[in-house]
Amino acid sequence: MKFIQGLSVSLISTFIASSAFSQTAPVAPPEVRIGVVTFLSGPAASPFGVPARNAAELMIEQFNAGTAPAPYNQKGFGGSNIKMVLIDENGSSTSVVTEFRNLIQREKVDMVVGYISSGNCLAITPVAEELKTITLLFDCGTPRIFEEGKKDYVFRASNHATADSVGAALYLNSLKIKAKNYGGINQNYAWGQDSWKDFDGSMKVLFPGSSVTTSQMPKLFAGQYSGEISALLSSKSEVIHTSLWGGDLEAFILQSAPRGLYKSSSVILTTGETAMFRLANKIPDGTIIGARGPYGVLAPKSPLNDWYRATFTDRYNTAPNYTSYQMTQSIMSAKLAWEKAQAANNGARPTAEQVAAAMRGSTVEGPGGVHKFALSNGHQAVSETAYGRSKLVKGAMTLVDVKRFTADQVMPPDGIKSEDWIAKGFKK
Amino acid sequence: MDQFLVVFVDGINYAAWLFLSAVGLTLIYGVMKIVNVAHGSFYSLGAYVSATVVGLWFRYGFDPYLSYLALFVAALLAGFVVGPPIERFLLRYQYDKDEVVILLITYGLFLILEDVIKLIWGVDPYFVSEPYELLGNFEFASMTYPSYYILMVVLALLVGLTLMFVLKKTQFGRMLISVIHDREISSAMGINVGKIFILTFGAGCSLAALAGAFTAPTISVTPGLGVEVIVLSFAVVVTGGLGSMAGVALASIIMGLVRAFCIHFAPELELFVIFSVMALVLSFRPRGLFSLAESRKI
Amino acid sequence: MTQQISLKKLTLLALPLLVASPWMPQWMLFMVTIAMANGLVGLGLMLFLRAGLVSFGQALYFCVGAYTTGLISHFFKFNEVLILLLLSALASGVLAFALGFLLAKYRAIFFGLLSLAFSMILYGLLAKSEALGSTDGFNIPAVTLMGWLPPSDLVRVSILWVAFITVGICLIFINGLIRSPRGLLLTAIRDNEIRTEYMGGSARKTIHLIYVIAGVLAGLGGAIAAIAVGHIDPTMAFWTTSGEFIFITILGGIGSVLAPFLGALVFGVIHTLAFSNSPNTWQLLIGSTLIFVILLLPDGLWSLTSKFKRVK
Repeated sequence: MKFIQGLSVSLISTFIASSAFSQTAPVAPPEVRIGVVTFLSGPAASPFGVPARNAAELMIEQFNAGTAPAPYNQKGFGGSNIKMVLIDENGSSTSVVTEFRNLIQREKVDMVVGYISSGNCLAITPVAEELKTITLLFDCGTPRIFEEGKKDYVFRASNHATADSVGAALYLNSLKIKAKNYGGINQNYAWGQDSWKDFDGSMKVLFPGSSVTTSQMPKLFAGQYSGEISALLSSKSEVIHTSLWGGDLEAFILQSAPRGLYKSSSVILTTGETAMFRLANKIPDGTIIGARGPYGVLAPKSPLNDWYRATFTDRYNTAPNYTSYQMTQSIMSAKLAWEKAQAANNGARPTAEQVAAAMRGSTVEGPGGVHKFALSNGHQAVSETAYGRSKLVKGAMTLVDVKRFTADQVMPPDGIKSEDWIAKGFKK
Repeated sequence: MDQFLVVFVDGINYAAWLFLSAVGLTLIYGVMKIVNVAHGSFYSLGAYVSATVVGLWFRYGFDPYLSYLALFVAALLAGFVVGPPIERFLLRYQYDKDEVVILLITYGLFLILEDVIKLIWGVDPYFVSEPYELLGNFEFASMTYPSYYILMVVLALLVGLTLMFVLKKTQFGRMLISVIHDREISSAMGINVGKIFILTFGAGCSLAALAGAFTAPTISVTPGLGVEVIVLSFAVVVTGGLGSMAGVALASIIMGLVRAFCIHFAPELELFVIFSVMALVLSFRPRGLFSLAESRKI
Repeated sequence: MTQQISLKKLTLLALPLLVASPWMPQWMLFMVTIAMANGLVGLGLMLFLRAGLVSFGQALYFCVGAYTTGLISHFFKFNEVLILLLLSALASGVLAFALGFLLAKYRAIFFGLLSLAFSMILYGLLAKSEALGSTDGFNIPAVTLMGWLPPSDLVRVSILWVAFITVGICLIFINGLIRSPRGLLLTAIRDNEIRTEYMGGSARKTIHLIYVIAGVLAGLGGAIAAIAVGHIDPTMAFWTTSGEFIFITILGGIGSVLAPFLGALVFGVIHTLAFSNSPNTWQLLIGSTLIFVILLLPDGLWSLTSKFKRVK
């Protein structure tokens, strides 16, 4: 027993010593280290985290090999090999901030691309500014990031969540879908609360006189929605909005479709793109589906998109979903900015400030179309968004009646908070 | 009037799910005085194993109506293959220690099993909705309900009645009750406590797996499934009184009905209605609704 | 048995760390600060363990402390750290005093689960509250020390010093408590509560007192963590956070008032190692470590120090 205890002591002290004193980053100057943070465990791993990780892996491989199409065909980032340092986003905000600091201060990454959870984005933003490291928030939806003060190092390469719900309301309007009353089922946490608020606000502007029937707010990860579905059915709403995602969304679809919810109401699934292929024959025709932007099958046709989809499907046996597109958009934005800054620096390795300056206001064309860093002093990118209606054609899920909305229509301009912008009738 | 009927149906359905999820936990605690945090992992395991088994069942075209049997067998498999070895080789050596130590071990097990499940089944979701759709719908109080609800309620009743029967009418049940009251004396009386423990632990885990298995057709089976279940099951078990089957049943019904009521009339309160009920019950009945009389040793 | 730590030993241990701190790497300073904060909560849990109780809801006070600091500095724009810490301790203490009337009557697993219920209720309340940022929480601006706003490179060190001093004061207090008649009653309560009452000691009052003290400690821990991380959110009240605190306490053991801090430090290291070396299976690593420690080092890591002394 004493031996085992002695052994355990030496093991533990070796661990501690090695972690404290080891140089974990063998930094050879020509390498660019990118920290990638996304959910690798927990319920967000399957719909978002892992597809995003796959996209990051793929793009870094392709870039390092120089096989991406122009303007991304330079090897690595401006000739320097890219190394990905992958971290799980799962954990309390303390743990997330700790690991973020470790990425930058111990692993010595040059930039960080990550974060799906809005809470985490908010927590690490001031730290990114403090540690003066370029951080691209690739997926989280909260508009608050840039509402609270000027940022120098934090960027977001795609629309924030307001665009989703405003887009949904605009879609209903553009197809003149009847909406004299509407209800919702959203998870009872920031994402769900904000999504519902934005949708409710937009509906009041676009469909004056319409009323709310019921706003169901089940617990996040509840998984059992029988009561909520009954409430929605008895509310007899013409439109039902939901920002449910991942397993919750899929459970909701599985439980609500057989009960006829989709026959009596127009149902909007703002993040439906992640579920639409797996649950293809369970989603009734005419369900309104969004992809949080021009992603997935809603991406505009382009050679870059074709290349992206082919390469991704080849490698992972599944098509890229919207989180994959968002991750790709962020990494492409980083690549272009790095190379632009390097060129302006006479080919020498650019500093974080130079990369930031190059990224500000830049226009990046990704597989999801054109995104421009137009808001918040050039730190928040905007793009169009799109919605469509589901239709099973010969057993394959397609989206028809696709409508696109420009960035101006769905993203609030600088200087005004999302809810105020919506309340004022989307004033430009 | 219709609204109240709707609330009632939803409440009973949720109560059935709560009961099935929680009964294994109370069984294990009652007999072994172990708080099994890994309960959620067995729920998860049951869901995954049944998704795989039933998926294969339908792929090979067996009788769809027998798929329910397949679900049942999958759950038993999950519970009895994984549970008893854990008890025999890990937990058994800790019985002389504090209750908390075993609780922490099961917490460690929960973390380990989460990743093991992820390693075996990956992070992609599994769907096995055929058993759910097979039964169609029924109309009641001007609302359409899936007939699967009835199956869940029937299953919950079956499980409850079987357990009650085993406990009250069989010799094994009487041995269990004696172990519940006093482990030492039972052992002194010649009861093979070790065997009882293994069987009980296996049964408790299987019940958790059963809940997971029968829930699987209504959801997409993804990682992290068990985390929510742990806390809910605890709340139900503690409210009902640790170790009491009747307590779990009553607590499930109360919580199911209160929650259904909230959803229809005050949806914002749904988030903490379960814990509020628990806190309220415990304030008036400190040991839960039905607690076993325990003699204090002076 | 819990060793008492003399003031001399305490300064001997703390001094080299304090002196070395300006030269330690930033990430290490951060980790040690968080370990101090978590250790404070563990200290409270250790007091409970002495009485044979486990609280699964210390995250409640951790969260209350963090939110008090956050609310005052964010909404009232008041950021003097000493006042913030004091107010957080006060808020947690008052809540603990109120809830203690109910909780001091419970024992064993009911105590644990009822405390869990309250922490989850707080979580629900905060998650619903959009004014407080719901589940996203909000950020805390920089804090000042008696009016002095540390320059950015000294922020980590100064927060660490504040944490150290807070911990030191708490340690001295807890030391004294364990020695006192009331403190000795704790072990008596664990052994046999009825006999304790026959002796004239009030179990309920003692547990109530311990509950308040543990609440204050957790509140201070929460405030320090909030200041160090710069962000607060409702997950600070979630049951998994309480689980981490319990892990830390068991890891450290109850051998000394310093044990929870050792446990917190080692936990921080294990957590980081697990994340960076196996991002896809870190839960497996942490779960296995927990079981490993429980089986092989049942009295926690602190027992190793006494084992070495005996080997002589």
